[in-house]
Amino acid sequence: MKYAFSFLAVIALVLIAGLGSQIPGMPYLFGVALPYLALMIFLGGCVYRVVQWAKSPVPFSIQTTCGQGKSLDFIKHDRLEAPNTTAEVVARMFLEIVTFRSLFRNTKSEIYDGPQITYESSKWLWMFALIFHYSFLVIVVRHMRLFLDPVPVWISWLEYGDGLFQVGAPTWYITDIGLLAGVALLFSRRLITRHVRFISLMNDYFPLVLIFGIALSGILMRYFLRTDIDIVNIKQLAVGLVTFSPTIGAEIGAIFYIHLFLVCALLAYFPFSKLMHFAGVFMSPTRNMKNTSRAKRHINPWNPRILPHSYAGYEDEFREFMVDAGIPVEKELAPKKDED
Amino acid sequence: MYNKRTIIPGLAIFVLFVTFPLWFNAFSTASTVPKTELPPGGEKQCVASASEMRASHMALLNEWRDEVLRDGGRIAVTVNGKEYRKGLQMACMQCHTNKEKFCDSCHEYVSVTPYCWDCHLTPTAAAEKKETH
Repeated sequence: MKYAFSFLAVIALVLIAGLGSQIPGMPYLFGVALPYLALMIFLGGCVYRVVQWAKSPVPFSIQTTCGQGKSLDFIKHDRLEAPNTTAEVVARMFLEIVTFRSLFRNTKSEIYDGPQITYESSKWLWMFALIFHYSFLVIVVRHMRLFLDPVPVWISWLEYGDGLFQVGAPTWYITDIGLLAGVALLFSRRLITRHVRFISLMNDYFPLVLIFGIALSGILMRYFLRTDIDIVNIKQLAVGLVTFSPTIGAEIGAIFYIHLFLVCALLAYFPFSKLMHFAGVFMSPTRNMKNTSRAKRHINPWNPRILPHSYAGYEDEFREFMVDAGIPVEKELAPKKDED
Repeated sequence: MYNKRTIIPGLAIFVLFVTFPLWFNAFSTASTVPKTELPPGGEKQCVASASEMRASHMALLNEWRDEVLRDGGRIAVTVNGKEYRKGLQMACMQCHTNKEKFCDSCHEYVSVTPYCWDCHLTPTAAAEKKETH
């Protein structure tokens, strides 16, 4: 039911935007007020989450090592899997962020008749994730043509590359298919793989369905439901939004507001969701720390400041009481002056 | 807060990245929202209404291209008693003669680069060709 509920939630969002934007005056709510609000929640929320994470101390070097750490000279050091210097950590992080190396590993164990257990790297997740994330990135960058005025030439290059097949008019984008396919595959993985389904929650399904809805509404708007979709009007609104002078020049079709409202929902939901892994990947101590737990002493930052207290110092502090209690002391009490 | 020296610059980069359109537009000269030039000849009628054409002229042209070039269907379209031959040069640019003012003004504004003119010629370019040959 968790996944069905996600669909219901997205359908409800679509209905709110589709019907709401048809009420006179409401286009300004859906086209201007909500995008600003959503972006502020997104920015503020993301910064807040990262600052909260940064406030948690990381007591020890807890990186995950997946290879031989630096040791004696004749033992080969695995520089990426057990990084010893900052440069090696940067290289490891870079490959993690750009190529998702930990998903590439994704070991899967299976039991066959015999009984025999096998361990094999399952590459599907890695592949879906790559397709999905890179399609998403290209789509976001491509949308900048609606916000930037004049449009920088590299965005045209990106668009040209994305629409390289020149199928139909407006041209089909490769990344549109990539995003839809990626989301569909990541979603079906959660349904089909039994143990992944078992641990999947509403907040795993919902973003996938929401992103699917965004992609679908965008595709419908671009290719199929073109009534009142005048790109010049839309760009005027988008440029207006980022120059703080938004205007809705003429009537824009409901599908545009649906698309925009779903994006706003995604932006506002972002900081409170698992989608924060975009910042979390930079903050993972298992990835961003050096494998120097033997070479360097890591001191727990929340340790209280305890100074060394020698026996001589201890006796100095408590000598009178010790003498009173009849405990032998190494240094006797100084003779009292009033007895003289 | 720990690791301030990496986290604060990281957050600053993130915020700058997300708000990139703000900076870009603040430091660039804004172009005016384009208004397409109406046909110089004064024609008032087109194959479809203005809003329909504005939204989906590219789909119509694509359809015409497929019909003409792939299926050989050069049958003219008749709208409100007026006959239009299927084609960018034969129909559209008969009235909208100025490509720069009619097509390009919007296309450049929204960074659309249709490949019509890989094959087609604008009326001025076509006239020039005739002269040279």
